[in-house]
Formats: sequence, structure tokens, C-alpha cells
Amino acid sequence: MTDTTDTGVTRAEYCAVACAEVFRGDGEVMASAFGTAPALGARLARLTFAPDLVLTDGDAALVDGAPPLGAAPSSLVLESHMPYRRVFDVVWSGRRNLIMMASQIDRTGNQNISAIGPWARPKAQLIGVRGAPGNTVNHSTSYWVPNHSTRAFVEQVDVVSGVGYARAAAAGPSASRFHEIRYVVSNLGVFDFATPDRSMRLASVHPGVSIAEVVESTGFALNVPDDVPDTRDPTPEELDLLRTVLDPSGLRDREVRG
Amino acid sequence: MADKRLTLEDLVAELDSGMTIGFGGWGSRRKPMAAVRAILRSDLTDLTVVSYGGPDVGLLCAAGKVAKVVYGFVTLDSIPTDPHFKAARQSGAIGAMEIDEGMFYLGLLAASQRVPFLPTRAGLGSDVLAVNPSLRTVRSPYDDGEELVAMPALRLDAAVVHVNRSDAAGSGQILGPDPFFDELFLGAADRRFVTTEQVVATDELAPGGPLQSMCISRLLTDGVVETPGGAHFTACVPDYGRDEGFQREYVAAAGDPDAWAAFRGRFLDVDEAGYQAATRRAADERSAAKAAKEGA
Repeated sequence: MTDTTDTGVTRAEYCAVACAEVFRGDGEVMASAFGTAPALGARLARLTFAPDLVLTDGDAALVDGAPPLGAAPSSLVLESHMPYRRVFDVVWSGRRNLIMMASQIDRTGNQNISAIGPWARPKAQLIGVRGAPGNTVNHSTSYWVPNHSTRAFVEQVDVVSGVGYARAAAAGPSASRFHEIRYVVSNLGVFDFATPDRSMRLASVHPGVSIAEVVESTGFALNVPDDVPDTRDPTPEELDLLRTVLDPSGLRDREVRG
Repeated sequence: MADKRLTLEDLVAELDSGMTIGFGGWGSRRKPMAAVRAILRSDLTDLTVVSYGGPDVGLLCAAGKVAKVVYGFVTLDSIPTDPHFKAARQSGAIGAMEIDEGMFYLGLLAASQRVPFLPTRAGLGSDVLAVNPSLRTVRSPYDDGEELVAMPALRLDAAVVHVNRSDAAGSGQILGPDPFFDELFLGAADRRFVTTEQVVATDELAPGGPLQSMCISRLLTDGVVETPGGAHFTACVPDYGRDEGFQREYVAAAGDPDAWAAFRGRFLDVDEAGYQAATRRAADERSAAKAAKEGA
């Protein structure tokens, strides 16, 4: 574990806290989170400021509480049956808040997990659009990019899987009615779309990261306000939960180093 | 009640080249792999494969059986992508209809309900509409006037799903945590096949699990094939989990033509009994190699 600040908080811990913030203000909604920092963030939120959040076991059930990463299935307290068919009922009802990964993300929040290069004959076929088109027009969606680079943060994604602000607006009221891209969290900072034209803005940098590094690692003209705050520190309670309860083996520091 | 039991060979004989065939399960979970392997051994070709895709799609692509895949994703779960599907897409060997996984569900539901489409918000604004120019939107006839995607029915010529238990008449029981969309694959198809770990007497079904596990009725089935290990190497809990070691072998072999020829010779150019025996030997070899490594 490498300390990045004099408080001893690692970069991965800032990322986990930034992901937790995605769920602030959520009431009884289903939290789905892909990646280690998002999985920790949802659990942190559930155990602190978003106590009504509903977590899943990653299979076909909702779980009580916030089990540690890699908890044995037999140790989980199940609340409800949530097979995939029912997941779509939740997605389409809007009672869900999601952090997905993004192989590419662009200036207006389009995300790509389908293919690199032209879709008709891709240079690299990825997993496929999955539920990204439906998720993004039905409930709040955020993204997690553990390796911020100009290859991930691009001017325009190759295949629009998750729908960004400009595309949702252009597609009309049925597409934009329930659309919200809340945050993009990367290993360098937190981004939102709180700009007049709904293009991506640097909302905070993780302590130890310079604004220049964020700008250089981004493949489009990022909105950078005059004053960019640091991503907030974890509270002592949050740090203790991360280190001793949720992730004692330090999986978070293998996903994001430093 | 009719006895609908068939062999894998009988099942394949019911299929024709050029058909649109749905495969149940999800990713690398409860896939009707024995039926897929039987298709690999057949002379069927030019298939349109409709699947919440896993290694079923990859193996059929590798064998040149596929004209087109209809999918929302193709994944091996513990390994993000299937190497054969990836190669087939990247070489342009196959056609593709890539849609949101919820649109996929509605397509099967529409086919099951014999309606031409079902409306959904999913797809609006995304490239799903751009890369599938045949997809249309529909305007609500009510005061809201919303414009939604009209997901067309995904009608299937045939469907195969794999379950934990079934009786001889085709009442199927899924004992794992998620029935996925198997019921809808069968509902969407003209010829409907259930492969099962075990055929049991009808009166053994209810004692075997909660009533909700008995989710495939014989109204939905034309044929039943008993094929133990029939979902291997995908997961079929509680009977068995995914064979991760074998799945890694599958992926590793796909990366090299000679290795793939050897894999095919050992595991696929044999009948189902031969496959099951060969994969058991492969598991023993992996255990022995691991023990030797730990001992060294």
C-alpha cells in the first residue's frame, strides 16, 4: 500500500469514496456497481449516509447489509429474489442507480463497451452493448474508469452503448425524460456534466493528482473550472470500514495503485 | 401424457441448415452445451444463433456453423469475452444483430405472445438503432405521444434450453437461482427442446425443490433429452459449478490454430460420452499438474 498524502489515504480509497458519493441522496433504490471501487463505494454508502440502499449478491438476490468483498455466499442474508427477468422490471421502473465500466467515454457522456473501430467490422469486438442503452435512458448511471487515458477518454466513442447527454436530447423527450449521467469516476478524478452544454467537467481531482495530468490524459477539451476542489477525504469511519470490514485483503489497491 | 424423450441425435435431426435457433442460459451459465456439441458434429450450417451469449456462440462460430448472431453480449463471465466470437466478428465471418439485453427479452416475449413488437425506451439515442437499420420506433396512440423503440418479435425456428430435472413429458425444473429467459426461448420457438441433467418421475419434481423451480411446463416442450453434464463447462448449479479450469483451456486453445486442432480432436470430434470422459481426464491432469507444482 503506497501512501499518496500525509493522511495515509491511498488513491484507491479516494476512488472508493468518490464512488460512494454516486449514491448520496438515494433512497430505496437498487445499487448495481461493477469494478472494485464501485463495489466498495456502494457498500460504504449503504453503511453510512445511504442506509436504505438495496444491494445485490451479484447473482440473483438482494442482500441485507453490506457484505465484505468476496464474502462466502453462505454468509449472506438474502432479502429478495432478483433474477435477471426481474432486474429489467427494476431498470425500467427507474428504481436503480448504477456504476458501469466504460472502455471508451466521450465529452458528452456516451459510453462504449461494444466494439473498438467500426461496428460492422470491428478492430476489437468487446463484450457487447449489454444493458447500457436501456440503463442510461431509464435510471441514473455513472461510470468507473480505473485507468484514465486518452484511449478511454475520447472525443467520440466508436459505438454509443450508454447514451450521453447530447444523444439523449437529440433522440427526444422519451430518451431524455429519465436520463442522468451523474458522475464519471476515474483513478485521477471525478467528472460531471454540470455545464451549460452538458459536456464533461472536472469536478474534483484526487489528492496527489495535478490538473495538468488529468488534462493530458483526456482526449478531448475538458471543462476545467478556475477552482477545482480535491476529492474529499474519507472520514475515519469510512477508512475503518474500508480497511477492516469491507476489504481487509486490499483488493482495492490492486485495481488502482498509488 | 406423451413420452417426449429423445436422444441428442434425434434432436439434431429435427433441425435444418438455415434455421434461426435460440439457446437458453446466460453467459457461461446453464447453457445447453451437449446440444451445441451435437450440432458441431452434424452437417448443419448457415444458422442464425439467438442467445444471451456464452461459449455456445463461440463454439458454433469456431465450427463455421453460424451465418448470424443475435445478442446483447457474448461473455464467459469469469473471462469477459469469447475468443471465437471475437475472431468471427473481427474477420467479418458472421453477420450480427447487437441489441440491448432488455430489448432481447422483449423480443422473445413478443414472439411468445404472438404480437409483432413490444415498446421500450431501451435503444433510444444509442447506436443500437444505427447498426440495426431495420429497427423502427412507434408513437404512443395515447395523449403522452411518447416515441419508443418497437422491439420486433424474435421468432425462432427452434429453441434448446438445459434444466436440472425434467419428467419424460417435458415438465422442466430449474434448481439454480435464476431461470433466466428459458421459458421465453421455448415460447418463441416452433420446435422446443429441453435437455436435462436427469429425467425423473413427475411425482419427484415437487419434492425436489420449491414450486417456483418447476417453471417449464410441458405446454412449452416438444422433446426431452437426458444428458448428464449437458451444460458443462458452463455452470449448472446446484448440480455443478462452472469448470473454470476447462474454460481457461478452451480460451487458451482458441489462441493458436494447432492448439485448437488438438482441443477439437480431443474434446469435440467425439460423441457426448467421449466428451464427458475426456473432460474428466483433463480435470485429473490439471489436478496432478497443480499437485506437482505445489510439491516442487
